[in-house]
Amino acid sequence: MNATATSLRIALVGNPNCGKTALFNRLTGAHQKVANYAGVTVERKEGRFVAPSGRVLQLLDLPGAYSLDAASPDEAITRDICEGRHAEEPAPDLIVCVADATNLRLHLRFVLELKRLGRPMVLALNMIDAAHKRGIRIDVGALERALGMPVVETVAVKQGGAEALVMRLDAMPQLSVLPPVGAPEGAMLPAVDDNSIAASAAPTKSPSAESSQDLHAQVRALLADTVTMPRATSAIDDAIDSVVLHPVAGLAILAIVMFLIFQAVFSWATPLQDAVSAAVAASGEQVGAWLASMPLLQSLVTDGLFAGLGTVLEFLPQILVLFLFILILEESGYLPRAAFLLDKLMFKAGLTGRSFIPLLSSFACAIPGIMATRSIADPRDRLTTILVAPLMTCSARLPVYTLLIAAFIPRHDVLGVFNLQGIVLFALYFAGIASALAVAWVIKRLRTDKSEHALMMELPAYRMPNPRDVAWGLWERTKIFLRRVGGILLALTVLLWFLSSFPAPPDGATQPPIDYSFAGHIGKWMAVVFAPIGFNWQICVALIPGLAAREVAVSSLATVYALSATGDGADAALGTAIASQWSLATALSLLAWYVFAPQCMSTLAVIRRETNSWRNVWISAGYLFGLAYLASFITYQVARTFA
Amino acid sequence: MKKGASGVVTAVEDAHSADPIARRLRELGFVNGEPVRVVARGPIGGDPLLVQIGFTRFALRKSEAARITVDIEAAA
Repeated sequence: MNATATSLRIALVGNPNCGKTALFNRLTGAHQKVANYAGVTVERKEGRFVAPSGRVLQLLDLPGAYSLDAASPDEAITRDICEGRHAEEPAPDLIVCVADATNLRLHLRFVLELKRLGRPMVLALNMIDAAHKRGIRIDVGALERALGMPVVETVAVKQGGAEALVMRLDAMPQLSVLPPVGAPEGAMLPAVDDNSIAASAAPTKSPSAESSQDLHAQVRALLADTVTMPRATSAIDDAIDSVVLHPVAGLAILAIVMFLIFQAVFSWATPLQDAVSAAVAASGEQVGAWLASMPLLQSLVTDGLFAGLGTVLEFLPQILVLFLFILILEESGYLPRAAFLLDKLMFKAGLTGRSFIPLLSSFACAIPGIMATRSIADPRDRLTTILVAPLMTCSARLPVYTLLIAAFIPRHDVLGVFNLQGIVLFALYFAGIASALAVAWVIKRLRTDKSEHALMMELPAYRMPNPRDVAWGLWERTKIFLRRVGGILLALTVLLWFLSSFPAPPDGATQPPIDYSFAGHIGKWMAVVFAPIGFNWQICVALIPGLAAREVAVSSLATVYALSATGDGADAALGTAIASQWSLATALSLLAWYVFAPQCMSTLAVIRRETNSWRNVWISAGYLFGLAYLASFITYQVARTFA
Repeated sequence: MKKGASGVVTAVEDAHSADPIARRLRELGFVNGEPVRVVARGPIGGDPLLVQIGFTRFALRKSEAARITVDIEAAA
């Protein structure tokens, strides 16, 4: 059967926090494609599924919007596609409007606004289970009649929770039978009783105060007729919020949550890391033994591949633990609460509470963080957030931090509960946050345009994180990380091995071979510049490939030290090698360097893409390098004085 | 408005002509006759405010909330 001939193009539209994306995942499962809309940086999620009848339904997940009167690039995309004005995306055959059944007072207004477009539409009352639990009764039949469109109940987070919607979509007439684009209102389905809705002929492009009032009045009338509601909010949410948003208790909880995350990253991941490390070492030896007859290839594989990549692979468990926490906080609805608590502080620093989520994502990686700034409607707030996002300690810095901390900071217990290593890690993260706030403050001072910025942020209902969605998210991150290890890291590690191994040392050489290689020469030349901040030439060599991706610095160091080791030291782990060769001042200086250094080409590339300006790239790279050098210089000189 | 205070919206005023913030507030449901309640306030200087309107909670900065005129007596 010809799939395209009978496929129906459906767009999922709805307010933010209506569970639209969960519904999209439920419907399409693994059959989805994520990309960007051309020219703008709004995520385009498309998927398809096969209805019981064998029909193929194409699904487009549009960005969440409160109104067709767009206030952000995301909302503009949704508006353009729904109105059929998008340059590349044809208007959908059918709009499935998703509304949170527990939040109809807000969501129905958007439903009515969409209805004015006069396109075929289905309303999905999502989270109907939560509504029932709270005693909310919705007369679906009456709502269907009043709205003049099919209404179905869905529970996106439950197996089979979208069946009613699938049946309804499957029963939809063929493409050709649907009314053409721009059909007058009400042409789609005969509305039995459309009297309660004042039909307005043309979509209002810039709703005045009166028309807002108008739609709200219609929603109120609709709700009065079709919904019974014992109380406006969930009692449980009220109870949680009274604690979590409490001026003292709330901040204490936030601090504890953040601190727990960092402790967990350090302690929970250790057994997994040890396992990965042992597996890599064992297979390295095994492969090395097979290649014993070919010394050059053996060196490439053991010193280059296994020493380099293996070291990085060990950090996967830590990155996953960090992502696990971020995903759970995101799914549960806690993140906007944290943004609420921190808004005043961030506002004073020239940011907004909304910056909190992009900045928190930047702890995992600045790239998704910078991409998440799309939800910040104000362009000035957005640019500031983008510029400071690289200061958040991303997971790629973690390998460097953990390597140095494990080698130089003793595992003392502090106060019986915490260990010194965890505290140093926390301090490094804190240094990143503090400097981000300081930089944002400076940007705010420099800015000439002082007009008002808006917050207006919805705090969604709390939700139990769905294990399926969390697992899905974790799997995505693992894939991204492994792809990085497999791609850029692999190439750079091999390149560095080459630079470090050639030319071969002259006969009768007394130094380790790397001293005579290209890398040795480059490093020694660079070391002149970096000597005031305590970097030796091995570190300088590692900094070059580290420009491509921060974590490569660790694998590079591993490669450099594996190749420079002589005799018995050859199998010594990297940690032991640097512990014996570096001073504490050098280690601290390198840590300080990594708090600031813009050592990540992909971050700079994403800044270019998101802001569409090279100027912003140069500004961020320039100020980050300056700060990094300054911080390392101070750290090194101070540490040397006291050591 | 103090924490826990409730009232009924009478109007949302534009701080200047074609004020996008006021327009968005109206779209979010801050319109004449709508009951609102201040659920919580931020830890620093009581800013932002957490306002319950309908079934939804919005965090509003003081400057944003200042556009909304509320009749406190009207609350039951």
